[in-house]
Amino acid sequence: MLQLVADGLVVGSVIALGAVGLTLTYSILRFANFGQGEFMTWGAYLAVSALAFVLAVTGGGVMEPLGPFSFGWQLVVAMLLAAALTAALALAVDWLLFRRLRRGNAITLVIASFGAALALRNLVQFLYGTLPEYYTREIQIAVRLVPRDVLGGLRITPDQMLVIGLTLALMLALQLLLTRTTLGRAMRATAMNPALARVAGVDTDAVIRATWVIGAALAAVAGVFAGIVGQIRPMLGFELLLPLFAAAILGGIGSVRGAVAGGYIVGLAESLAVPLVGAEYRAAVAFLVLIGILMIRPAGLFGERA
Amino acid sequence: MEQLAVLNYLAFFLVFAGIFAVMALGLNLQWGFTGLFNVGVAGFVAVGAYASALLTGPPDPERVGGLGLPIFAGWLGAMAASGVAALVVGVAALRLREDYLAITTFGIAVVIQLVTLNAEWLTGGPFGIQSIPKPLAGVLGTGFVWNLAYLGLVLAVLGAAWWALERLVASPWGRVLRAIREDELAAASLGKRAAAFRLQSFVIGCMLMGLAGALYAHFVGYIAPEDFLPILTFQVWAMLIVGGSGNNAGAVLGAVLVWAIWSVSGGLIRELLPAAEQARGAALQVVLIGTLIAAILVLRPRGVLGERATVSRHAGDAG
Repeated sequence: MLQLVADGLVVGSVIALGAVGLTLTYSILRFANFGQGEFMTWGAYLAVSALAFVLAVTGGGVMEPLGPFSFGWQLVVAMLLAAALTAALALAVDWLLFRRLRRGNAITLVIASFGAALALRNLVQFLYGTLPEYYTREIQIAVRLVPRDVLGGLRITPDQMLVIGLTLALMLALQLLLTRTTLGRAMRATAMNPALARVAGVDTDAVIRATWVIGAALAAVAGVFAGIVGQIRPMLGFELLLPLFAAAILGGIGSVRGAVAGGYIVGLAESLAVPLVGAEYRAAVAFLVLIGILMIRPAGLFGERA
Repeated sequence: MEQLAVLNYLAFFLVFAGIFAVMALGLNLQWGFTGLFNVGVAGFVAVGAYASALLTGPPDPERVGGLGLPIFAGWLGAMAASGVAALVVGVAALRLREDYLAITTFGIAVVIQLVTLNAEWLTGGPFGIQSIPKPLAGVLGTGFVWNLAYLGLVLAVLGAAWWALERLVASPWGRVLRAIREDELAAASLGKRAAAFRLQSFVIGCMLMGLAGALYAHFVGYIAPEDFLPILTFQVWAMLIVGGSGNNAGAVLGAVLVWAIWSVSGGLIRELLPAAEQARGAALQVVLIGTLIAAILVLRPRGVLGERATVSRHAGDAG
């Protein structure tokens, strides 16, 4: 039981990071971006390349594990590089595609994001192949936090603990950015009323760029986290897309703390349902959560409008 | 013999193009005439294909179904099953903002894919369902003549679907659909219940997709989960967007065009690339389709044939 909760929290962290980016683009750019999952995949794979690059530049070519973790400082650098590159990718897609469609119907943007997601996913498959990749082959010993006789016990690896901790830290930082800085206030103003924000002197184009950068960078980090605690595969982001949407809608579109809560709820629901329905139906649990919230409270837990 | 092979290939090509055209017509009713964004096309097609296979197939001790009913009953069952799936999704999502339908249909397609893969008692799991009966195969054999006969059947179904849709969208019902798509508030103020009309359009469109799935199942005689991957959804969307949504002729033309592009590029990849690179080539083919959708949206949003402007025949005099 406790073990399932811990697993749910790890998966929930990845979902929460991705869902925050989704909810930001959804509320500021006003469309459901089906490409968000692909930014996670690209982040994970760009970190693979960046890691190889960093290892080659620093010589050695071997990564010395950092403390109790399975990876060294090189992966941290690679993750930051991957986040920057993924943000650049998002800006490029926006410039090539979404920018030209913003004047039209919102649903045209959804279709466009669909086409872009398809192209991006298969481009990864073309460039990297379909075999799973790993950042490190180090084997980690899980730490026993709770003995076996208390609710089934709990074992967790240092990597998994780091993923949960860093996610919460990042979310706190983002919340502060949105509430305490000029950029954050401009973003929230644009989400509420773009025309009024523009009249008040907000550079909405800059806000849109900032939204893409934050959303894509968080997605890249989520992708790297998913790669640290699991495998890196071309379908990584696509398979997380349904949980991302479920989390974002559950939390209420536009609400960062809602997306975080939604991410953890969906992650926990998936994990706890595994003994009941089997691991192969994990994704169906996210769908049930989605249908449930749409039926009962379409505005989401923290949302105001539907 | 050479000519026969070419003709046989052409019959094959046209059967598939015709089946895709039925799907594209269903999507056109939803998107082109009502503005509903359905991302679960592959799921509804799969429901139809499996429903018909289970109803008409021979009994199999490994799973349920295999009722051995006539093929026509299988088609009706396919449409009913897809319609019920659409009803469930539509009731949950259609009363909300429009992109929630996109997300929900995406979700139902993922779930249907999971069921086809894992519910072995129902769907045969990853190996799918074999020996789905081919209509009149006992009389015509399974060679060229049968392919040609099936082509005739597909074209007849396509023609019937076309005729029914043209009648529907030209009827007062179709006018209400377009009115809702253009301005829901105005339509509502004239006393039209937008939600009910949307739901009807969504369910009818999905029933056509289910019928297309059944057509596919009885042509190939074998279905498996990998026949209904999300790529199918993208193909049908590409067909509608290339051909021009809001126009039934556009939907059919797009189906033929995109299927031709897809077949030719697939053939080229098989011919030109060594065996080891085939998977990468297939990935590139999908990149092509994704880019095609995006490029047409930016460069020619109306598609090859756009929607015909429908103006009342009395409007000309006033101007």
